Amino acid sequence: MTIDLSSFTPWASLSGGVLIGIAAAMFILLNGRIAGISGILGGLLTPQKGDILWRALFIAGMVLAPAAWLLTAPLPDMQIDASYPLLIIAGLIVGISTRYGSGCTSGHGVCGISRLSPRSIVATLAFMFSGFVTVYIIRHLVGM
Amino acid sequence: MNKHFVSAFVTGLIFGIGLLVSGMANPDKVLSFLDIAGAWDPSLAFVMGGAIAVGAIAFTFIKGRTHSLWGEPLRLPGKKDLDKRLIMGSLGFGIGWGLAGFCPGPALVAFGTGAPKAIVFVAAMIAGMAIYEVIEKSRTKAVN
Repeated sequence: MTIDLSSFTPWASLSGGVLIGIAAAMFILLNGRIAGISGILGGLLTPQKGDILWRALFIAGMVLAPAAWLLTAPLPDMQIDASYPLLIIAGLIVGISTRYGSGCTSGHGVCGISRLSPRSIVATLAFMFSGFVTVYIIRHLVGM
Repeated sequence: MNKHFVSAFVTGLIFGIGLLVSGMANPDKVLSFLDIAGAWDPSLAFVMGGAIAVGAIAFTFIKGRTHSLWGEPLRLPGKKDLDKRLIMGSLGFGIGWGLAGFCPGPALVAFGTGAPKAIVFVAAMIAGMAIYEVIEKSRTKAVN
């Protein structure tokens, strides 16, 4: 293992993480809910009365974050190497399996670990593990 | 407008800005984190660390309460068992995450930049979530 110091951004990542933590904290303290993105978005597909607007507004806030950012600074680098077919396959897998596993990086990884939920700790270990294995296979075995 | 809706929007916005600041909205950076056998960029561990440190304070504070500070009932996941769905779903999510470098939150933020590849990923992800709902519906029908 070699650490890539040229792209290592500990302070920016830590500050961004703190902002994410503040958002998760606000949502449980004020709205009484877990800020889990896959659950909030997925819930919009089976709309229940009185349960739509807060979800839509949360998603709108996330989608508008780059626009808010642009008011003060140019957007940070964003590089998407995956081809369109791969993006479609990956998107389908992420959509199905985050709903099947009741959460993603935010609900399990941030909120779940913050409240020491055994289910979320296991889920996070599982998706980290398969994420590492997938990238290893693609980059070092298949050589894509 | 009801304050809960305002807080949902603001929470989504802060979450999204946090993802931009942290570098997590950049799939290239996410994949560099997942590539432990290559030139490893450990930044994302700092995102998780920062988010969990703040989140843990809020979830510790709210522990044992039944309502949020605004009097909303707390909606915390009640499931305790480490079932097949949780584990298979999470393993599956990690595969999708490792294929493209997108998890649901960062994908929505990238969608907000208007990047065509992010739009395709989000469309596929929502389609995946819809497929999940269809499978669930037919499953419960089969049981009844």
